[in-house]
Amino acid sequence: MNKLPLRARLATSVGGAASKVSRLAGRGDGSVIGGVIGLRLEPGLLAMLAQDRDVVLVTGTNGKTTTTRLVTAALAPLGEQIASNAFGANMEAGMASALGQAPDATIAVLECDEKYIPTVLKATHARVLVLLNLSRDQMDRAAEIWLLARRWREAIDAAPDCHVVANADDPLIAWAAAKAPHVTWVAAGQRWHDDSWCCPRCGSHLRRTGGDWRCGECSFTRPPVRWALSGDDVIDQAGRVRPLDLALPGRANRSNAVVALAVAEVFGVDVVHALRGLRDVVSVAGRYTTVERRGVAIRLLLAKNPAGWLEALDVLRPPPEPVMLAVNAQVPDGRDTSWLWDVDYRRLRGRQVFVGGERRTDLAVRLEADDVTFELVAGIDEAVDRVGHGSLEVIGNYTAFQQIRTALGRAA
Amino acid sequence: MTSSLRLVWVYPDLLSTYGDRGNLLVLERRARLRDIGVESVFVNSDQPVPRDGDIYLLGGGEDLPQVLAARRLRADGGLAAAADRGAVVFAVCAGYQLLGHEFGGADGEPTAGLGILDIRSGRGDRRAVGEIVADVDPGLGVPVLTGFENHQGVTRRGPDAAPLAQVSVGTGNGDGTEGAYAGRVLGTYSHGPALVRNPGLADLLLGWVVGPMRPLPAERDELALTLRRERLAAVTR
Repeated sequence: MNKLPLRARLATSVGGAASKVSRLAGRGDGSVIGGVIGLRLEPGLLAMLAQDRDVVLVTGTNGKTTTTRLVTAALAPLGEQIASNAFGANMEAGMASALGQAPDATIAVLECDEKYIPTVLKATHARVLVLLNLSRDQMDRAAEIWLLARRWREAIDAAPDCHVVANADDPLIAWAAAKAPHVTWVAAGQRWHDDSWCCPRCGSHLRRTGGDWRCGECSFTRPPVRWALSGDDVIDQAGRVRPLDLALPGRANRSNAVVALAVAEVFGVDVVHALRGLRDVVSVAGRYTTVERRGVAIRLLLAKNPAGWLEALDVLRPPPEPVMLAVNAQVPDGRDTSWLWDVDYRRLRGRQVFVGGERRTDLAVRLEADDVTFELVAGIDEAVDRVGHGSLEVIGNYTAFQQIRTALGRAA
Repeated sequence: MTSSLRLVWVYPDLLSTYGDRGNLLVLERRARLRDIGVESVFVNSDQPVPRDGDIYLLGGGEDLPQVLAARRLRADGGLAAAADRGAVVFAVCAGYQLLGHEFGGADGEPTAGLGILDIRSGRGDRRAVGEIVADVDPGLGVPVLTGFENHQGVTRRGPDAAPLAQVSVGTGNGDGTEGAYAGRVLGTYSHGPALVRNPGLADLLLGWVVGPMRPLPAERDELALTLRRERLAAVTR
């Protein structure tokens, strides 16, 4: 850290002070503001802070925050200090802030927004790049995903020393990662197929048989994998089967865990030790947390786009468990609610459903079309009062989820 | 059930970028609530387009799938044949553009469309993203259009297509008009589930097939009308 030029050292200490003020003032968790101020003082700060560290970048449409947490847990057996933007502040400022706060960490596991991968990969000289999945997400501000994948390809092409860990089950990811000389392919699954009917290379119809896919016209095929998720088990390259036994729920998290094991392998961590770390993770930045409110046990799930909703609906406990859905359309959520129509809500029939959030009317019209009966509520407390006792599942998109966490107190 | 209506969703594998299924679900629901039987057919891009449908729906898509869809639909010929014999075609965004004579391909190059609507589209300088409000051609008897647009297209109409609406908020075709129609072929830049917020437009399409219909009972329309009011209030505020 002392090797940093004076200007960068000043930038990190001023930024660090701002983080503390932000936390003390109760405005956010302080994970971004320090980085914003630091970057204003020294634009090359991220590159300087990343220097001489082993950086792992984690990106994809869904599962970034959880996978970042799981990779950190899987690398814990190395006994090194690890810097990480564990709370999802995934733009340059959030990453710089995480690095600045951990000057002695030799390893950094950084969640990175999809759009920033080209610049951040270049700035950090990452040792490992993790590519999880790509699907439609907030299209009012994000680029079309094929264009995004093409930019990743170019960035990966320019970083031949970076080891890529990639999900072979997502054709767009496979296309982006194929440029890399060193790839660990993981069969991490793909629940959502609606954005990968076409071959990313030639545009023709992709053929799928079971988990396999291949282009009907060009030679593009699913690459052979080294790690695979199979039900609740992970299978390694030697064919050994081990139960994952995660505390985190759902198929998506099991898939993220297998990716984390592949990253741990790059760092030479034994799979048995890495698995032990993964099993200790019980909640991630408030997600999957259970909070008690007026005698009702509330479990919080975050879902930001159709693929994420599909995974969240999979995680729900079976009916008649009541559920509250909350949807906003602020800038971080995407201001367009069209995606609601890509989610199949019919399986919510037969349970008590509460509908909240700033765009609850949009959601209500959607549920009406799927013949799901529901009750409109002003907020989480109204849903809690109507449930009365027992438990309640809550699924919210980004700012709706944060509002509910705030309403429940930061304990959530 | 008084009659049966055949809805054809054209190429959901290529043209269904953002909630386009909503249009199908809205038409199904509004028909069923009037005791009109509905049969919906999903036609993927490796299947022939049936020629005997009543209403054909085309959604939005990214550049590459749009080019591919246009190529396949031209080769197949089914959609043009159906439009020729008077079937209803409702297309949004990329689907709207490819109904025309040409549109901008993956690198903006002119690409041949189906030519069943007299429009030509190209790529504009900036992306139009946001709420759109437009006054629908009074001849159609449909209330003001409310939607969300997200495209970089610029569309010019030829003499055989009329503008669907006049823009009051947003971009639309880029010349102050929004969408286009000719006979029973109708396209709009209001993307994704455009009919959700515009039940009047949904009823127009249904009425073109089954003739005059009774209005829905008020309580069945209440949520959709509330949503319309909310969105219109949010932009004109």
